Amino acid sequence: MGLDIRTPIGLMFSVLGLILAGFGLIGSREIYGKSLGINVNLWWGIVLLAFGAMMLVFGLRTSKAQAEAERVEH
Amino acid sequence: MNLTFIDWTIMVVYFVFVLGIGLALKRYTKSSKDFFEAGRSIPAWICGLAFISANLGAQEVIGMAASGAKYGIATSHFYWIGAIPAMVFVGVFMMPFYYGSRARSVPEYLRLRFDEKTRGLNAISFAVMTVFSSGISMYAMAKLIQILHIFDRPFAAMGLPPSAVFHFSIILSAAIVLAYIFLGGLASAIYNEVLQFFLIVAGFLPLVYLGLKNLGGWDGLKAQLPSSYTHSWAGMGSAQTNPLGVEAFGLIMGLGFVLSFGYWCTDFLVVQRAMAAHNMSAARRTPLIAAFPKMVFPFLVILPGLIAIALPNPTQTAAVAGTAVVGEQQAGKGLIPAKIDEQTGQPRLDAQGKPVLDYDLAIPQMLLHYFPTGLLGLGLTALLASFMSGMAGNVTAFNTVWTYDIYQSYINKNASDAHYLWMGRMATVFGIALSVLAAYAATRFNNIMDMLQLVFAFVNAPLFATFLLGMFWKRTTGHGAFVGLVSGTLAAALHHGLTLPIGASVGIKGGWLGSIHSYPSEMAQNFWTAIWAWSTCFVVTIIISMFTRPRPDSELRGLVYSLTERPRDEHLAWYMRPATLGAIVLAVAVVLNIIFW
Repeated sequence: MGLDIRTPIGLMFSVLGLILAGFGLIGSREIYGKSLGINVNLWWGIVLLAFGAMMLVFGLRTSKAQAEAERVEH
Repeated sequence: MNLTFIDWTIMVVYFVFVLGIGLALKRYTKSSKDFFEAGRSIPAWICGLAFISANLGAQEVIGMAASGAKYGIATSHFYWIGAIPAMVFVGVFMMPFYYGSRARSVPEYLRLRFDEKTRGLNAISFAVMTVFSSGISMYAMAKLIQILHIFDRPFAAMGLPPSAVFHFSIILSAAIVLAYIFLGGLASAIYNEVLQFFLIVAGFLPLVYLGLKNLGGWDGLKAQLPSSYTHSWAGMGSAQTNPLGVEAFGLIMGLGFVLSFGYWCTDFLVVQRAMAAHNMSAARRTPLIAAFPKMVFPFLVILPGLIAIALPNPTQTAAVAGTAVVGEQQAGKGLIPAKIDEQTGQPRLDAQGKPVLDYDLAIPQMLLHYFPTGLLGLGLTALLASFMSGMAGNVTAFNTVWTYDIYQSYINKNASDAHYLWMGRMATVFGIALSVLAAYAATRFNNIMDMLQLVFAFVNAPLFATFLLGMFWKRTTGHGAFVGLVSGTLAAALHHGLTLPIGASVGIKGGWLGSIHSYPSEMAQNFWTAIWAWSTCFVVTIIISMFTRPRPDSELRGLVYSLTERPRDEHLAWYMRPATLGAIVLAVAVVLNIIFW
């Protein structure tokens, strides 16, 4: 398939990570009583952002090389 | 439930990507092979994640957490012995025939190996089954959205009655799944399953982390629960000494062999994912790659159930949980509320006068308990995503079997490829329409749904015997396979009709032909029904095959083990070789079983 799935996955998790982390930064601290006082939005947002960025880098960097390699394999 | 703008945003972002993937794939979907087989062009790791994700519907996620809350870590048997060995077997031994033969579906393999009637039987029962499964998934999702009051506020704001939420949920999920499969076919379903896989991990990992941290880690969890909850094998010697009510033999043969191999090795829903791989070795690696996350999934989906039941102080949570299930917290245990009798509004009681717990709410209650707005949106989105991928898996399997095995075989044999591509899209539309009907049927006739699922279980139980003999014994004949399948199904029905779990009443639970044996639990009865069905099919197939004429060897090349060249993998790096990967998977599974003995 012509679309490297890592690109949309990376994009989506980057966006979700940014939303969560951004909300964790600027939003009210009071809601974190539920989550044992941890600002889970901020921390998990950062993790998702890192994952998304990693997928995005892999997806964009290797999509060309991979297409080439697959053609050779067939 | 109080969802805020941020939660809705997260949900919308996900749906935009789901539909976006469908749109992006549309231009690559030019032939029926693209639509039904994803062009056989997908890398192994993507197929592997889709393979496990297609099975990870919400019934699985919610059901496994429920089972974790009910039975404890013994639920992991459904993974470590109820999936892993079968996944290794299908990858190492069976995939060469599925992928290597010209078959485009599992029923088509039966046609090539046996005959038209065996294929017809399998194709038709499978098609009916997928439509109903997808409908039941849709129904469960709409029900959950209703119970959690997810859309109540926006609906109230728009002046719509709460009952509209159910219809809206059904239509929304049907429309989204329809859109992305219609556009991109199997590739679209597979890509979205991968997306959903990561979303489930992202949504549930913080849940397990927070829950364990709250209880003081694994040791803290153990301290709150009876010891049978945290051991998977201790007590399995006899049905009386473990929470499942099954003895080790029934568990290993029934679940670990018949049911598990029957599902993972013959169900086109999962096998279709592997058949989309870009070459033979990738197809064989698909179930093996899937086995790695599958092995650790118990920690993601079963642990939340254990945590939910172990939380010591339910009153402390009532303020939070009260938003989901109003004020009934006292009758429950931990975070698990009691089932409420709809007539009286009181908790339902069992024969001993104890409240009946609604274990299915374990995951939703955990989400509400630990997640603040923001992360809550992510968790709910993960849950919705898993419902949809459960539906999508059924729909893609249905449209393929319908188009290739029913339409092309019996209705319109020699049409153009473009016509079959069109038919696949139409099949998607009416498959989903039928699922919607099934979902509404489930609201009216709950018993019919239970009965259908029972019948499906009878039909599925003997299947693996047919495939095992078909692939590994070239003497097996089409007549043998067909008669074996039918008698296996009859044996399952007969066994169910003659036995009853202790304490159950005659009817849907069994005993409708008179009860000659009683099982310690419903699970034990199910496992033994499967064992009887499988054994009957196995023996009858052999006997009939001995008396009927086998096909000549020349027609069976590529379809039977002894007449097929072994796929060569010496040129692959060690971590790419199916046999090596399979051995690693099995070794890790053994270690996990020992750790949680």
